Amino acid sequence: MEHIKELLYKMADDLLVIGHRNSEWTGLGPILEEDIAFSSMAQDKIGHSQALFQILHELGEPEPDTNAFMREAKQFHNAQFLELQNDDYDFSTIRHFLFDHADQLRFDNLANSSYEPLAKVARKIKGELKYHVFHADIWLNKLGNGNEQSHARMQTALNNAWNYALGMFEKGDYEAQLIADNIFEGEQSLQNRWLSVITPIIEKANLKIPAEKDWEPILGGRKGYHTENLEQLVTEMSEVFRIEPGAEW
Amino acid sequence: MITEKEIWSALEVVKDPEIPTLSMVDMGIITKVEVRGESNVYVEMTPTFTGCPAIKMMENMVAERLKEIGIETIQVTTTFDKPWNSNKLTERGLMCLKKHGLAPPPKHEGEITMELLEHSVCPHCGSKNTDMKTPFGPTLCRSMHYCNDCLQAFEQFKPVV
Repeated sequence: MEHIKELLYKMADDLLVIGHRNSEWTGLGPILEEDIAFSSMAQDKIGHSQALFQILHELGEPEPDTNAFMREAKQFHNAQFLELQNDDYDFSTIRHFLFDHADQLRFDNLANSSYEPLAKVARKIKGELKYHVFHADIWLNKLGNGNEQSHARMQTALNNAWNYALGMFEKGDYEAQLIADNIFEGEQSLQNRWLSVITPIIEKANLKIPAEKDWEPILGGRKGYHTENLEQLVTEMSEVFRIEPGAEW
Repeated sequence: MITEKEIWSALEVVKDPEIPTLSMVDMGIITKVEVRGESNVYVEMTPTFTGCPAIKMMENMVAERLKEIGIETIQVTTTFDKPWNSNKLTERGLMCLKKHGLAPPPKHEGEITMELLEHSVCPHCGSKNTDMKTPFGPTLCRSMHYCNDCLQAFEQFKPVV
């Protein structure tokens, strides 16, 4: 089951970490609707991660809250992309766009996984993600085609995000087995589909994907190598839980 | 011995904690009722949204109701075996939403498109001349809209596949 655990951990950690980052917009969104949007997506992402942690628990791992809040940063398997600070709304929106399309395509694929407990959850989650992707597409288009300043800021954010985003498709040790057992299509196939979906949307927003010769995926997150941002995030996220682990709130 | 039909009708009074006009049965989130013996009932539920924070509370409400009608051994669990989608709302459920001032979700054909979301029917005046302002609302299951005819904001219970 180690191959399935590897897949579940990286996904659950991606979702938990981006869920926490999304929640940091609560109360700070540039307009009320965006405050609500990022807060709602935070709730969805954390709910999705909880469903995956629940499957892990059924495979013998700690129960979801303990697993989410009692590990150290170096035990997390999220891509580094997701732990980066929100920075400004431009970077948050670009990350939301790049991650959510990958997330949608991943769950679409997993809905047909041969591992039924994951397929069942994926069939539910993929429908909910439609709204995340709609939201991202609307804002990418609005800001990319907005005024000179919004366009320039979105392009800069895209340039800064790109190599981190490619790091989402870092392969794990069990990649070949996951593919052979029809559990997951594999990161390379997912990345190819992701590129073909996002390219026309980025072009329509009048933005440019960095030239392919400059693509250098930032790897390591899946193996527990992280930026200092994750430690800060984990400390803050788990602060209350660690006061009294196991308490009923 | 109590029948499954009697359990279903007893559960009709258990309402959604966020939409008090709507029963959980009409919402379509109770997916299985089994009488497993004398005074022994098993109920399966499924959330509208995976991250719905009300699901534990709703499990407890179902268990409380079963206790009220005298069931002694009660098991209520949440599963994704038969995942919820918005077409599972009953006709009466759709009416209840409207009564609560929410636009009911349009029936979908297995896919949610921008077109489906864009021109929902205003629950106040029935106009289709409306815009979606944002796909996210006060709870995960609602989006926010504006009616260009009666000039009022309204919420829609989101269609979900």
